[in-house]
Amino acid sequence: MSIKKTLFDPLFNNNPIALQILGICSALAVTTKLETVIAMSVAVTIVTGFSNLAVSLIRSHMPNSIRIIIQMTIIASLVIIADQVLKAYFYSISKSLSVYVGLIITNCIVMGRAEGYAMKNPPLMSFLDGIGNGIGYSLILLFVGVFRELFGSGSLLGFTILPLTNDGGWYNPNGLMLLAPSAFFLIGVFIWLVRTWKTDQVEKE
Amino acid sequence: MLENYLSIIIKSIFTENLALGFFLGMCTFLAVSQKVKTAMGLGVAVIVVQSITIPANNLIYNLLLKDGALAWAGHPEMDLSFLGLISYIGVIAAMVQILEMTLDKFFPPLYNALGIFLPLITVNCAILGGSLLMVERDYTFGESIAYGVGSGVGWAMAIVVLAGIREKMKYSDVPDGLRGLGITFITVGLMAFGFLAFSGIQL
Repeated sequence: MSIKKTLFDPLFNNNPIALQILGICSALAVTTKLETVIAMSVAVTIVTGFSNLAVSLIRSHMPNSIRIIIQMTIIASLVIIADQVLKAYFYSISKSLSVYVGLIITNCIVMGRAEGYAMKNPPLMSFLDGIGNGIGYSLILLFVGVFRELFGSGSLLGFTILPLTNDGGWYNPNGLMLLAPSAFFLIGVFIWLVRTWKTDQVEKE
Repeated sequence: MLENYLSIIIKSIFTENLALGFFLGMCTFLAVSQKVKTAMGLGVAVIVVQSITIPANNLIYNLLLKDGALAWAGHPEMDLSFLGLISYIGVIAAMVQILEMTLDKFFPPLYNALGIFLPLITVNCAILGGSLLMVERDYTFGESIAYGVGSGVGWAMAIVVLAGIREKMKYSDVPDGLRGLGITFITVGLMAFGFLAFSGIQL
């Protein structure tokens, strides 16, 4: 497989969230604000990339029976680093992400790519595969995040785009966008859009 | 005292449902909800694991990791809370393994019913998420037992309900692009809507 294909396939053709159903928990939970979305996307992309790299480097020295535990340990260490960095430099974002940074450990994208790709492929390709899947994941998060912040609070990254009626503007914010159900609806619609475009992804009866 | 425990249980089942309010355990929630029977099996397994691992992690946090928790060992200045994540996931993996072996040895029928679901549970974020939320809210040991049982029951209930709806949905005519995953998301969204109605309840 070419480098370009490894890196860009996970964006639409084989998107981890829309097609592989991986890593949905955090995709839904952190998307009320664009700021947290970006922090989460960067964290997941980096963790996926480096865990793939590390797993791939030691893949031939790993006894098969304990490979899950080894992968878990690698991923958990990387997540702890990400968590500590966020706490040290972006404390308010880290507070609003709360438990979801820790949950990158059980985010099936990281585990799924380590097990499904990095165990069988050389380090550089695995690293790119991890980054590609991280970007595919970030793409959906950004889509959902932009909608939720724009229509839920009339702003993007904290800058007002649609002036709210409370502050003398014209836009009446849609409170539903800030609540849990809207994330489900938006991802459902996103999947619908992708599958109308790429009809081969439609599920059979 | 008792009311406090009761309120934690009710809250974790309805108003703060792990699946529908916090989006935890979504991967398995969507993947294993095609049949009510399998959903039920997974649900029971989650309840069992949740009510064991959350109190266990509570002990680990309070006795070993918390700032100053090692005072009993003569190190009152130690703060190991950064090791939290790796210890919780270790405890969960070990607990699931022990549970699997115990069930296999002493309760073979139960093992046959739950067996295939147990390994799945290690990577279910509802379990790790439950432990992390428990730490974040500073529950005592007793409260953590109540929270473990309640949150497990809440998750199990949500997955069984979703499986019921999906079984019925086989007969409906869904637009091509939405079939399967898409419509499931929208169904879960509507369920989460329903559960929002509980959120005003004050206990």
